[in-house]
Amino acid sequence: MTSLLKYKNLLLLGLLWLIVLFGVNTLIDARIINPYYRQILYGIGINMILGVSLNLIIGLSGQLSLGHAGFMSIGAYSAAIVLRTQPHLGGLALGIGLGLFISLIVAFGVAVPTLRLKGDYLAIATLGVGEIIRIVILNMSITNGASGISNIRNLMSWPLMYTMVSFAVILTLRFKYSKFGRAALSIKSDELASESMGVNVTKIKVLAFMFGAMLAAVAGSLYATTYYVVKPETFGIDMSIGILIIVVLGGMGSLSGSLLAAIFVGIVNMFLQSYGQMRMLIYALILILVMIFRPEGLLGLEELSLQSIKSKFIKKKEVVS
Amino acid sequence: MSSVLQIKRVNKAFGGLMALSDISFDVNEGELCGLIGPNGAGKTTLFNVISGLYTPTSGSITLSNQSSKVISGLAPYKITQLGLARTFQNIRLFKEMTVLDNIKVAMHSQIQTSLLDTLIRTPQYRKEEARIESEALTFLKSVKLDHLAQKKASSLPYGQQRQLEIARALATQAKILLLDEPAAGMNPQETEDLAQFIKKIHQEKGLTILLIEHDMNLIMSITSRIIVLDYGKVIANDVPEKIKTNPRVIEAYLGEEREEHVEGQ
Repeated sequence: MTSLLKYKNLLLLGLLWLIVLFGVNTLIDARIINPYYRQILYGIGINMILGVSLNLIIGLSGQLSLGHAGFMSIGAYSAAIVLRTQPHLGGLALGIGLGLFISLIVAFGVAVPTLRLKGDYLAIATLGVGEIIRIVILNMSITNGASGISNIRNLMSWPLMYTMVSFAVILTLRFKYSKFGRAALSIKSDELASESMGVNVTKIKVLAFMFGAMLAAVAGSLYATTYYVVKPETFGIDMSIGILIIVVLGGMGSLSGSLLAAIFVGIVNMFLQSYGQMRMLIYALILILVMIFRPEGLLGLEELSLQSIKSKFIKKKEVVS
Repeated sequence: MSSVLQIKRVNKAFGGLMALSDISFDVNEGELCGLIGPNGAGKTTLFNVISGLYTPTSGSITLSNQSSKVISGLAPYKITQLGLARTFQNIRLFKEMTVLDNIKVAMHSQIQTSLLDTLIRTPQYRKEEARIESEALTFLKSVKLDHLAQKKASSLPYGQQRQLEIARALATQAKILLLDEPAAGMNPQETEDLAQFIKKIHQEKGLTILLIEHDMNLIMSITSRIIVLDYGKVIANDVPEKIKTNPRVIEAYLGEEREEHVEGQ
């Protein structure tokens, strides 16, 4: 009976997934979602991947990392460089693979020494790492220095973005609800106790960090092909803070919170487009307000699920009757 | 009886302060051994050294659980995996996690799934998760905390938080437990419940327990041997009845007798 119920939910989710896939696709084809909105939609998708990936590091294992844009730029440049000679989907896959590989190595090299640091010190160290990556890219010839790479082949489509976001979300959810996710949460809660319970704290922290960094690289690759231009200045501290805002807004530890926050930020961005740098001021204001009124973020640690929504509705019904 | 924990000439210095000097004693298999001493005597420091949070300045600690192994200098998680776990003086539960998840974290090293298994959700992963779920629930039942499985750890009353912390240490499959003041801040009724709980798990699970406690009634009633620390040194190591009348212990707790003091001057 319970397994039947499980399958029913799975089926329902799958159906919902397909409806959104084809529904949005039809809307795009019918130009109800015009190219401008479509671009915003893709931006939200990229922010979703970035949000859940940073949430793995900050929300689950409690390591404040401010170098996320650096890892994103690795993926972006990898895709940009490969797409120059291989301007098709296979090239994009190759670029994503290359980005994954490089970010894996860089993240490992960064994680092992820096994750011994705690709190503010770790934040500063990772901030430095992000800057180092940016400056290295700025000074390499293959990345074309300060002018960056432009005219990247645009291969982004709704089904591609939707599939990638779904993959990222499913993988991070699986990580969260496994022994790795539990161990990571326990480290965030009390590192000393976690280590005393037989958890190899360093290993879990490094794993979460590498996993998060690699997902950021994927988001970067998608960014490159969506906006067909990458420049070093794009991936500075502003970008890292932007991702952090999504995580904090949605709730540290809540992946679905990050998804909702990415949508929210995307929409706010759309309305504030004309204000330019003023946006940062409004972001800051939003962050301060969240910290005052809902320090745990939109969803805290919880996830949005069919069950939780159902139970909410049932509760409401009970109250009514 | 064979000894399972041998502490040999352990010293721990913090700068110029000798927190532990020349500590040597054995703990036998199946023993419920008390560790007492005035505030600042070095009891918790000794626990931190045994459990690997501090490395001793000199000396060695050997665990003869399955095979004989020197544990001083190992990382805490490795020592726990070898079968020695501890609780903390100030409760250190994973507060925002459920009771069940607290136990599952303690079972972390018993779960045989790789990250790849986890991400792909192989049958191996599902099997392991199902196994750990049922084992954790069975375990909670055995310590009578199963009705609280889905509660957040922070929502439990104080006494049950203490119990959960002991249960969590047990769930690591440790055979040797170090309990750091489990009765601290409890009322007499809660202390009595705790004493019964410790006695029960000690007998049922065949544990070796080293217990720090200030509640003398508790310590005298459940331990079979007591080690007394003062200023980082072992000053007595005997059965409870003899500890009660040991002049050095009385001196450490109450100070020297007045006449002697006068005579000394």
